[in-house]
Amino acid sequence: MAECPVCACQIEFEEDTIKGELIECPECGSELEVINIDPDTLDLAPDLDEDWGQ
Amino acid sequence: MKIGFLHSLMRVEEKLLLEEFRRRKGVEVVVLDDRALVFDLDYVPEFDVVFERCINHSRALYSLRLLESAGLPCVNRADVAQVCGDKIESSIALSTNHVPQPEIRVAYTEESALNAIDELGYPVVLKPVVGSWGRLLSKINDRQAAEAILEHKKTLGSYQHSIFYIQEYVEKHGRDIRSFVVGDECIAAIYRESKHWITNTARGAVASNCPVTSEIAEISLAAAQAVGGGVLAIDIFETEKGFLVNEVNYTMEFRNSIMPTSVNIPEKMVDFVIAQIE
Repeated sequence: MAECPVCACQIEFEEDTIKGELIECPECGSELEVINIDPDTLDLAPDLDEDWGQ
Repeated sequence: MKIGFLHSLMRVEEKLLLEEFRRRKGVEVVVLDDRALVFDLDYVPEFDVVFERCINHSRALYSLRLLESAGLPCVNRADVAQVCGDKIESSIALSTNHVPQPEIRVAYTEESALNAIDELGYPVVLKPVVGSWGRLLSKINDRQAAEAILEHKKTLGSYQHSIFYIQEYVEKHGRDIRSFVVGDECIAAIYRESKHWITNTARGAVASNCPVTSEIAEISLAAAQAVGGGVLAIDIFETEKGFLVNEVNYTMEFRNSIMPTSVNIPEKMVDFVIAQIE
């Protein structure tokens, strides 16, 4: 279980969640990055950079 | 065999690719988060191949250059990233290899860009030389809009936004084609449909299956070859003059394309990466 850094809601990871994965907070809709598994930790996903994407 | 998996964030695509690698016997994958990497020029390769899946073009490009300089084979190669990540380089490669594309002009000042736009005829599309997901594209319908946008780009943008890449506006009638090339095969294609003139799925376009005809396969493979080959996604316009290649993407996204095409795209990509070692 990890805490959303924006709204502090508790988020349970799926079994196949991996470090670096992006997830959306089910409460506030913030885009979050999985920073660590066990202990489960979340942070805000990085902002879009100009050279992102394809 | 040991594979370096170079990434930024873990998107759906990266998860699917890692799952596919895990199914392969004798394959060890080491994930390399580009945010934690530090390169030096004496780096001794510890992988058989590196598979690049970065989100940032600049990080992907320099990482590939550094890894290749240490003797590591990479998918895709740095020279392919260099060409695909820069629209001017891409246009040159397509033109040199006689792959049809929309008319383009490149200009460096507001005045010369306006002259180029006037000459091409309205509307035109102004694109950043580096950048994607349909961001910062401008459809310019008349001279007043052209003057305003060019001034804004010159004043508010970095120096790269004053390299004006101007493309003729192609009427897509609500859709374009994205095809997927892995090595010497065009493995699948989708239509991307949208009421908006920008048809990127990142901007809400809907994907549906596009049968890979011999014509689509031919232009896709020609475009892939023109930029150096590998694992590539080709954006194609259907026009009265025939197919035109709009872009070639070297870190392709495919999450919305597996279901409509019923093609296991990550499986084909992983086959290709492993084949670079075998």
